[in-house]
Order: sequence, then structure tokens, then C-alpha cells
Amino acid sequence: MWDYSEKVLDHFHHPRNVGTIENPDGVGQVGALACGDALKLAFKLDEKKERIADVKFQTFGCASAIASSSALTEMIKGMTLDEASKVTNADIAKYLDGLPEQKMHCSVMGMEALEAAIANYRTGDTTVRELKDDPLVCTCFNVHESEIVEAVRINHLTTVEQVTNYTKAGGACGKCKGAIQAILDRELGKAPAPAAAAAPAAPVPFAELSPAKKVMAVEKVLEAEIRPALRLDGGDIELVDVQGARIQVRFLGHCAGCMAANLTKNGLVEKKLREALGDGALEVEAI
Amino acid sequence: MDEPALHYLDNNATTMPAPEVVEAMMPFFTERWGNASSMYEFGGRVHRDMEAARAKVGSLLGAGDPSEVVFTSCGSESDNHAIFGTVQALGPETTVITSKVEHPAVLQPCRALEERGHRVVFVGVHRDGTLDMDAYRGALSIPGPKLVTLMWANNETGVLFPIRECAELAKAAGAVFHTDATQAVGKVAEIDASAVPFDMLSFSGHKIHAPKGIGALYIRRGTPVRPFLLGGHQERSRRAGTENVPYIVGLGKACELAAAELRDGTLGRVAALRDRLQEGLLAIPETVVNGNRELRLPNTLNVSFPYIEGEAMLFHLGDAGICASSGSACTSGSLEPSHVLRAMDAPFTALHGSLRFSLSRYTTDADVDAVLEAMPGIVKTLRELSPFGRGEEPDDPGAAR
Repeated sequence: MWDYSEKVLDHFHHPRNVGTIENPDGVGQVGALACGDALKLAFKLDEKKERIADVKFQTFGCASAIASSSALTEMIKGMTLDEASKVTNADIAKYLDGLPEQKMHCSVMGMEALEAAIANYRTGDTTVRELKDDPLVCTCFNVHESEIVEAVRINHLTTVEQVTNYTKAGGACGKCKGAIQAILDRELGKAPAPAAAAAPAAPVPFAELSPAKKVMAVEKVLEAEIRPALRLDGGDIELVDVQGARIQVRFLGHCAGCMAANLTKNGLVEKKLREALGDGALEVEAI
Repeated sequence: MDEPALHYLDNNATTMPAPEVVEAMMPFFTERWGNASSMYEFGGRVHRDMEAARAKVGSLLGAGDPSEVVFTSCGSESDNHAIFGTVQALGPETTVITSKVEHPAVLQPCRALEERGHRVVFVGVHRDGTLDMDAYRGALSIPGPKLVTLMWANNETGVLFPIRECAELAKAAGAVFHTDATQAVGKVAEIDASAVPFDMLSFSGHKIHAPKGIGALYIRRGTPVRPFLLGGHQERSRRAGTENVPYIVGLGKACELAAAELRDGTLGRVAALRDRLQEGLLAIPETVVNGNRELRLPNTLNVSFPYIEGEAMLFHLGDAGICASSGSACTSGSLEPSHVLRAMDAPFTALHGSLRFSLSRYTTDADVDAVLEAMPGIVKTLRELSPFGRGEEPDDPGAAR
């Protein structure tokens, strides 16, 4: 059983500011049903558009996820956006008189939802972060390098286990633990930044590969980068054919007939294949 | 605030020691504390008490001879003994066949053997949690020495595997057959070594109202299995260590009570309570029962309440004095939800919102009433908090962060 503080239990039993806001100024949502927790945060500014006048949340998750969300709304009410954007997960945990180490990711989720909501207000963008040049480290929980770096810096993390507790990265299949260690080594000054590493030799463009090599290259990306994410939701994908720059796939398991399969195809499969194979003209067709 | 009355519905985790069991054990702490291996009468008497307990355990399992029962410290030790001991006896070419939904006490030894180079086949299950028999038959066709280890009943869902058929197929294929019956002993009348050809069977005392810290491994005479714990001649040199006589006596008494229970209709009463609980919970919108409802232990109910999370439900249940468990990630000690529900291909809406209620002979109508009274409000409260399940938006566009 978790050892929760009185304050965590209080916010779990009596969550503050639950709900949604009509015509909010900013909305941020992070997490997913598949990941086991998710938070949707919305705020409205005062008439001068200076301070947060109202804030509401909806959370799917455990007691500490609910408490972290509730605490966050209490903390930022009345703040200017500049003040709110400085709130970190450590502040949330401190407000709650601490969280169990394995539950720190709940506070990180709060911070990320707030960042997303503020970005939504400022740019109108609904995506959480600018993901360019931000490699996906943990495919199981969809955690990017910038999120790990941020958690490491704010919370002074030194071990892979801590990173998992704070971001969930590495908490499922564990294959990314080496990559997390490399990020830690860099952050702790034990290793040079990756930019210093030699650039890999220019690969043969995808379009110039033989049909067999194309199939192998696509299959490799599917297995390394796409299937782990789909499998987390009980889905899968198979390669049907490759014709020129047209890749035919079939969704299986829960992905077959899933409402979100088209989103997955465009947002995950096509994007990943284009990135990994270095060919922006690739098209993915689900049959 | 007064503590609410305790409603204990987590009997697949552990059970209340039966008062009869505690009473039977007490003299072995205070008066009859001799060493069962000693040569004098003070120890010899204790040895006879221990053998009487062994006979009760053997009788419950249908053993041809009580000496086929080896006392261990727990179910996990029994599983480790059976798996590592058999593979050691059969040699480095041994293939191990198990399922994806076993208890970690079986899964982890199997994974360890895989790392050491053994071929290990993890047979899958259908969506209702029943064993994929075609895949199992396929695995048995692998040539060479083989150990099969399959659970009789699943600890999370209560779903039963057809162990008689599995054991018969294994014997026909020349394999050694072990079953982890930790959740099934005392709840499944079919467990009978004289009728079902399993070579080894593991179980644990604290699931059948004996204390924690005592288990047993049935080893059919002639089974190739090496000892796991070395260092003494106890248990016919199959398990070293001074015998834990008070607990062994307690286990004997618990088996005697369980044998009576298999005949006297107690399990029918437990099943009726479980079914009433199930029907009542199914009245909550979108509730799903995980696992086959027919091929299931009489005491176990695994249900999911989509769009909400297990730990949060358990905390609210705890406020009402109700003890249950969940397969959600937040309660598993890892970040991943139940491997059993995932192997069953349960939708992820159900994975994190699963609850297990497990009953015993001591469960009452009042316990069931308490859950049925508390649960609708808990689900409503948490669904009001949840951003999902409102049907206003695509539920969950992937794992978008």
C-alpha cells in the first residue's frame, strides 16, 4: 500500500476544481487511457487577460494523479501565465507534502498538462511540444528526450530508475534503459553531447533500394518503433506490400476497426516511416 | 471517525487462518516443540504428528502414498522446486512449456531458464482466458525432453485450465507435467492424483486458511526431479531444513477442513454469493466481467469499470472497509497493467479499471451488500473526474502525449 500524505488523501477524497470550462483560453491534455493515466486541464483568464481566473481539470488515474491535478489547479489560480509557466512538478509534489518516489510521474503529468495548456493559449497549437529534433526514447509510454531532460534537470535525477519513476520511460519493456542512461550521462556531464558523435554515413535513399531491401527496411522500422506502441493498446500491424514509395499495411488486433486507426496511420506509422527511412514522399495505405 | 466494519474480499491474496487451524497449531509452539528428526520420544511424537498432517494433505490431493507430499515454505518455493528440479534432472536439452498467464512464481523461473538457453514456449490464451489448446498441442510436438507447467486456476480471473486433458496430452507426449494449483486446491473437486495424471502439484497453505509460510509440493513417485534446497535429509532428502512442524500441522488441519468443504455444499454457497455480487455489479453501466464465467473458480470475480483506474477505486473501497485488489498498473508495483488481462487481449479501457473480488467460506451476505452499496457511487464519482467515456470525442487517439 502506498504511503500517501494527508494532503494527498485530502485532495484525492475532495478534489478541487473538477470539470470543464466553456470557451476556455487554454486547454492541455496529456497521457492516454492506454498509459493508465491522463489529465485534461483548461483555464480561463481574467478580463485583462493577465491572470488565471478559473481553472478546471479532469483526470483518469490513481489517487496521486487525481491529487496532483487538484493541487495544481489550486496552486495556479490567480497566477499570471508567466508565473504559472514556472511551476514545476517539484512544486506540485512539495505542495502535497511529497509523493512516493514511484508516483512522481503523476506530478510530472500535471506540469506537462499546464505547459500544454499555456502553449495552447499562446500559439493556438494543440500539440504538447515542438517535437522536431526531439527523439522518442520510450515507445511504450511515448516519452520524448526533452521530457526526460526536463525531469532530470528539475528534480536532479541521477539513476534510470528515478527517470522511470518520474516520467514512466523505461517502465514497460525496458528496452530504452540504455538510451535513458546515455541521456543521464550527458546531463551529468559524463559523456559528450550526441552532436559530437560522428554523423552516420549517408544511407542509400529509400527510393533506390531494391524491393527486398525496402521490405526489410520497412519491417525494421515497424518492429522497432511502431509495433511496441500499438501492442500497448492490444493492436498490431502487418506489412502487406511495398510498391515504389507506397507502403501497404494492415492493422490487426484492437487497431483493426479502431476509430483512431486513421490517426494512428497518419500520426504514427507514416510519420515514423518517413523519418526513419528519410523519405518525405512515402505514403502509407491501410487496407 | 469510527473504523468501518471489515469486508474482506481478497481471499486469492491471502485468507484468514481458520480458528480450528490456529487451535491445532498452538500446542506445537508451547509444549510439543521438539525436532521431528530427533531419536528420542519427545521428537518422535512430533514426527508422528507431522506424518498425520502429511496424510491429511495427501488425502485431499488423492495421493497414492502420503510420502509423495513434500512440505515447503510457500507456493513459490514449490513452483521453483518443480521447475528447476525437473529441468536439472532432464538435462540441458529440456524444453519448457507454460502459459502466458501463469503466476510470476512460474513465469520468472521459466524466463530464467530461457536466459540460460532453454527453449521455453509460452502458450497463449483466448479472450476469455481459456488455454489455446491448439497452440499447446503444437508445443507438445517439439521433440526431446519436456517439462509442462500450467496453472490449474488463474489467480486474477479464476479461469480454469483443463488440467486433466493437458496432463493426459503431456503424458502421451512423454513430458513431465507440473501444475501450480495454488488457487485451485480446496476449491476444485477434480484435483485427484489418482484420477488426473499430473506428476507434480504446487500449492500454498495461506490460500486455504492455514498461515503464511507453509506450502507443499506433491511429487508422484518416480518423477525425475532434483532437490531444490540442499543441506539435510529431511523430507526424504527432497527438501533440506528442519521441518516447520507447527505450520505443517496447521496445513494438515486446513486440508482436512477443505476436504469437508468440497463435500458439504460450502462452495455452492460461496458461488451463489459471488454470482449475486457479479449480477449487482453488472448493473453499473459498461461493467465487463473478465474471463470465462463457466470455467471459473466458484470464489473469484474479476470485473472492469472502463474509463476509471483501479487504485483510485481501491482507495474508495478501503474507506468503506472493503478489501479487494486490482490489475491496474498503479497497483502492480510496475507501470504495466496485469499480464493476465493483456494476454487475454482485454481492451485498454478495461485494463486499468479492473477489480478482483475473491470470496471464502467466511464471506457473508453483508460483505456482498457492502460492495453493492459502495461501488455505484465510487464509479460515478471517478467517472465524473475522468476525461474519458463521455462520447464527445474520439476516446483516445493513441498514446498521444
